[in-house]
Amino acid sequence: MTTTTRRSQPVGSPVGERTPRRRRWPEGRASRAFRWLSTGAGALILLVLAAVALFLMIRAWPAMTAGGDVLADEISWFPDDSSLLGFIGPLVFGTLLAAALALVIATPISIGIALFISHYAPRRLANGLGYMVDLLAAIPSVIYGLWGAIWLAPRLEPAWQWLSGTLGFIPLFAGPASDPPRVILTVAVVLGAMILPIITAVCREVFLQAPRLHEEAALALGATRWEMIRMAVLPFGRSGIVSAAMLGLGRALGETMAVLMILSPGALYSFNLLRAGQHQTIAANIALQFPEANPLGVSALIATGLALFVITLAVNMAARAIVARRKDFSGAN
Amino acid sequence: MNVSLHRRVGAIALTGALALSLAACGSDNPVGEAGTDVDAPGTTETELSGDLAGAGASTQEAAMGAWRAGFQSTYPDVTVAYDPVGSGGGRTQFLNGGVAFAGSDAPLDEDELAQAEERCAGGEVIEIPLYISPIAVIYNLPDVEQLNLSPEVLAGIFNRQITTWDAPEIAADNPDATLPDLPITPVNRSDESGTTENFTEYLAATAGDAWPHEASGDWPVSGGQSAQGTSGVVQTVNGGEGTIGYADASQAGQLGTARIKVGEEWVEYSPEASAAVVAASPRAEGRGEHDIVVELDRTTTEPGTYPLVLVSYSIACAGYEDETQGELVQAFLGYVVSEEGQEAAAGAAGSAPISEELRSDAEAAIEAITAGA
Repeated sequence: MTTTTRRSQPVGSPVGERTPRRRRWPEGRASRAFRWLSTGAGALILLVLAAVALFLMIRAWPAMTAGGDVLADEISWFPDDSSLLGFIGPLVFGTLLAAALALVIATPISIGIALFISHYAPRRLANGLGYMVDLLAAIPSVIYGLWGAIWLAPRLEPAWQWLSGTLGFIPLFAGPASDPPRVILTVAVVLGAMILPIITAVCREVFLQAPRLHEEAALALGATRWEMIRMAVLPFGRSGIVSAAMLGLGRALGETMAVLMILSPGALYSFNLLRAGQHQTIAANIALQFPEANPLGVSALIATGLALFVITLAVNMAARAIVARRKDFSGAN
Repeated sequence: MNVSLHRRVGAIALTGALALSLAACGSDNPVGEAGTDVDAPGTTETELSGDLAGAGASTQEAAMGAWRAGFQSTYPDVTVAYDPVGSGGGRTQFLNGGVAFAGSDAPLDEDELAQAEERCAGGEVIEIPLYISPIAVIYNLPDVEQLNLSPEVLAGIFNRQITTWDAPEIAADNPDATLPDLPITPVNRSDESGTTENFTEYLAATAGDAWPHEASGDWPVSGGQSAQGTSGVVQTVNGGEGTIGYADASQAGQLGTARIKVGEEWVEYSPEASAAVVAASPRAEGRGEHDIVVELDRTTTEPGTYPLVLVSYSIACAGYEDETQGELVQAFLGYVVSEEGQEAAAGAAGSAPISEELRSDAEAAIEAITAGA
């Protein structure tokens, strides 16, 4: 189905171009201008990326070259007896932990929602639901932050108490759970809600593109709907799911306001998810410390920003690599 | 066409009339009618006009809003701007000549005073503690109406040595209260702040060995509950039972506020008690005649004082080469120090109006500002 529409386009377009032959000169100029414009737009992306990287490097340079003692002397919140890496390390850890937890929470739910929309729901309901999911993505993160800090956190508190009470033997959930629950697990739940829409939207698109013939063949062989999804839809959409998750991860890594408002920060390498004052993310730390920071402090914060930049770049490249590796297998062509 | 034009003119006229009457409503003059009120600035107070720029501590921001509004209602041709860049940034900008006055939680140090000699005509600066704000110790224990906390106990709680509410140290000072068997959750500011600095300074000065940390704008004990900004701390204390924190007293809301020990007394925070501790504290010596710097006596035993306060200074030159700037600074600080100005700040920011004694000294200092060479 898709192939026929795709093929009809290149055939149709040159014909459209050729008809007004008499006014060829202005047309050519216009199309050349457009070509330059679009090339420029494409180059602009690279330029912006390079400019951001360059800016981060230049502004982070003073902090990178200054020793740990100097930094600790000059910057009031810089930990004593530490180096710049020692300062950035726990922040990177906190950022990755929060984002990974959010992904663990959001991905299964997103796949469920996407499958429901694409294969289970009646069409009218599916349309409405898809629309709602897109709307969720439009809610500003500061609203999620307020909602998480004021409404959700008090309601999660009993759940975290229960978790630490019954599963406290697992180090992740070791008690006592902090009250108020300004902990990384609360952050992860809110971040999960924030990245849910984008993962769902991408997954839904991918599942809808699963080859109809495969699905019908599976059903014809006597598969139930679940077996059909397992045999025809999920293998086809695997790379799509991965890239959707990575998109979500990208958003979770950089999320600032929600983390800032919900988490009681700390700077430890701690897997204790229910205790306050253990973790902090890079973006939230920048927002927290920037207003009163002195020049070297700003430089140290920008160095953490550089770390975040590198991480997001790495995550996206990893996602690309996974998608590319699975391309031929997925049947997307 | 004609009709619509008429209608449009009518609409504009109506809007204009509304604006005029609204302007009249907004004025402080209760008897003035629309016509005279709008004309008044043009006839009476035309001497002052121009832009006045200040920068500095964000603690003063709310009060500065009230001051700016009050001042500009008297002098509508003057525009006052205040950039809350932080105390250090404000002092630097003032010394560079970027702004005419600065707000700062700390007075100028020796190096800065030396720089000020070049920046100001005549070489003298004036510094006046015009913003005094009590810091309240807030707690969330619904069944405890009143809580007495001595400096040592307060330090023990915030240093996490005293960890439950029914600890004997707390019970000893609160014989009448029924203290619950709850863990204590101390809440501090996660960002650098003047409130933290003054709170830790108070603990360092009064608690002795119980508080082994130095005064600092960053909270020295890591790994606990913390939140950004005063509102964040208040919300966090509200959000859990058994929490205790410190915040600008005006933001305490429904939470309980602890009484602290001064001498042998238990003192609840109040504007009067906060102004009293500033009045009772000695002035720093070896400074200029009108350089009013208070060495806050945190360990005071004077009855009726509340030494857990934040004091923020207004810093200006004693002389300005630019005549307009000098006059503007003089008029503006004159308003800030006035009873009306201090009341405005108290209403907007919950600060404590300064004492009469300090006011008369401050007025003398402001009077001494010279403008023009």
